Amino acid sequence: MYTFSNKLKTFSFILMILGALGVGYGFMTSHKSFEEVEHLLAEESHHGGGHGEAVAHHAAPSHEAHGEAAHGETVHAEDAHAKHVTHVQHQIANRPWSALYVAAFFFFMIALGVLAFYAIQIASQAGWSPVLFRVMEAITAYMLPGAIIVLIIAVASGTIGHYNIFIWMDPDVVAHDALIQGKAGWLNIGGFAIRGLIFIAGWAIYRHFARKFSIAQDNAEPGDISYFKKSFRIAAGFLVFFIYTESMMSWDWIMSVDPHWFSTLFGWYVFASMFVSGITVIALMSIFLKSKGYLAFVNENHLHDIAKFMFGISIFWTYLWFSQFMLIWYSNIPEEVTYFITRINDYKLPFFGMVVLNFVFPLLMLMNANYKRMNWFVVMTGVVILVGHYIDIFNMIMPATVGDRWFIGIPEIGSVLLFGGLFIFVVFMSLSKASLLAKGYPLMKESEDFHY
Amino acid sequence: MEASKVIHAIYTDDDVLMSAVKKVKAERYHIEEIYTPFPVHGLDRAMGLAPTRIAITAFIYGLIGLAVATVMMNYIMIEDWPQDIGGKPSFSYLENLPAFVPIMFELTVFFSAHLMVLTFYLRSKIWPFKEAENPDPRTTDDHFLMEIAVDGNQEALETLLAGTGAVEVNLVDKAH
Repeated sequence: MYTFSNKLKTFSFILMILGALGVGYGFMTSHKSFEEVEHLLAEESHHGGGHGEAVAHHAAPSHEAHGEAAHGETVHAEDAHAKHVTHVQHQIANRPWSALYVAAFFFFMIALGVLAFYAIQIASQAGWSPVLFRVMEAITAYMLPGAIIVLIIAVASGTIGHYNIFIWMDPDVVAHDALIQGKAGWLNIGGFAIRGLIFIAGWAIYRHFARKFSIAQDNAEPGDISYFKKSFRIAAGFLVFFIYTESMMSWDWIMSVDPHWFSTLFGWYVFASMFVSGITVIALMSIFLKSKGYLAFVNENHLHDIAKFMFGISIFWTYLWFSQFMLIWYSNIPEEVTYFITRINDYKLPFFGMVVLNFVFPLLMLMNANYKRMNWFVVMTGVVILVGHYIDIFNMIMPATVGDRWFIGIPEIGSVLLFGGLFIFVVFMSLSKASLLAKGYPLMKESEDFHY
Repeated sequence: MEASKVIHAIYTDDDVLMSAVKKVKAERYHIEEIYTPFPVHGLDRAMGLAPTRIAITAFIYGLIGLAVATVMMNYIMIEDWPQDIGGKPSFSYLENLPAFVPIMFELTVFFSAHLMVLTFYLRSKIWPFKEAENPDPRTTDDHFLMEIAVDGNQEALETLLAGTGAVEVNLVDKAH
């Protein structure tokens, strides 16, 4: 049995409090009045910032379009200026919402990725991983609260907030946007909420029963493997449900921040990101618990296998990232390519930096078989992978909501601390509720003796 | 070279072979060679063989392949004749990089795989028309053969091998 140490509990509470303060600060400083933003922009253009030029750019098309009405020119320039200021004002207001959403999604996706990994291990009857089942089950405990938080933030941004994440929730925008009107059958807030609840319910039901059967198998009579068979069947069913709902979830919760853009392999891409982050967290948790002496039955062979997964899925993520990018870059169709143009223009470092963090670094660090068996190597690479995938989610959400007004500052770090603390609390709480070895699992002996 | 004598101990089971190897190693005899019909898991470790370095060579070959692809396409597409092909930016290698990645990837894998296989053939001395070095044809089917050099300890060695479950222990003259 694992006991949740008071030290760790306090640590998670400190993280949550610090995070909440950071989030509060973010919300308090993001409500700027029109004049304040105007002043800010004027100051920036004085300093030679790019924004002065942006104003000129914005003004230029309206100039030409209405060039005939000479008397209207100044009026239109002022119009464009007002439009630009409101635009920036909105971006500033979006920042704490998006920061919260990115962090909430990041921790939720770790738990969901682990749930998928867990189901795959059971459905494939893997012989190496059962010693890690209780660690995986504990991580998936965060899936339900995490998913609900994500859905609440998403819906709240369109009801309490001022459409701070999803512009298709804004009836004003929809009224003037034929493209979004055409998608309104899918992109409407009621449908969004109901679909979200269906996804979450399906995942949570699987998680509930998988955990229940796993513990029931512990207490079953020797030789009775009926719960193992049940967990096998629901795992197979869940994987079918998961791959459909994960794909739809990625359209709803992520792709729809850019409602004019679409990509067919996006669901897979988000899946790869959540899968590799989840596997990394399993590795980090196992190493942590083993260092505390709780997982005597886990050895460096298990670590080696999980590090191989981190390595392989990192490359799989890169394959999908590159396939999505290269297909769009190559054909250069304006309606698709704007997605990457805004990212490359305004997010050059995060956009290409994450390829280094998520691909080059794990590729070189985890290629050697001996390195995969060394704790500090796996921890170091794991931390880099997690940072890289946070930035991946950041790159998916932020360009659509805050545009070039991004920064990784107090609102972003505060949100990560808030949900990081909650994640640690929920996961370790769940970990302390059952034995760390799923004793009754039929493949357990094989897993304990596993050696590579 | 003078003819030297070796002992061939023949086994019919890989588990028996493994324990025999451990016993022979514990008695500090030098095992010249072991012939098996299929890979016996853990045999190399029991014999104390050094780990292979073929993966390291494969990594280096991959880097060579990557360099070949990069230099080749940079020369052809950017330096030698930078045409405008469908609006692709042939101004520098970096600007047109995504279009080159599939080829860079494939050549990395190609060099890595093929050169590694050739390295394996060379180091293992395998080629067509190579004369087979099989001391006993049964070792390709269901027998395992351990070869140990004899230098004045023939009787002790034969007793030891007979005690390890060998089905046959033969003294063989071997011309080196």
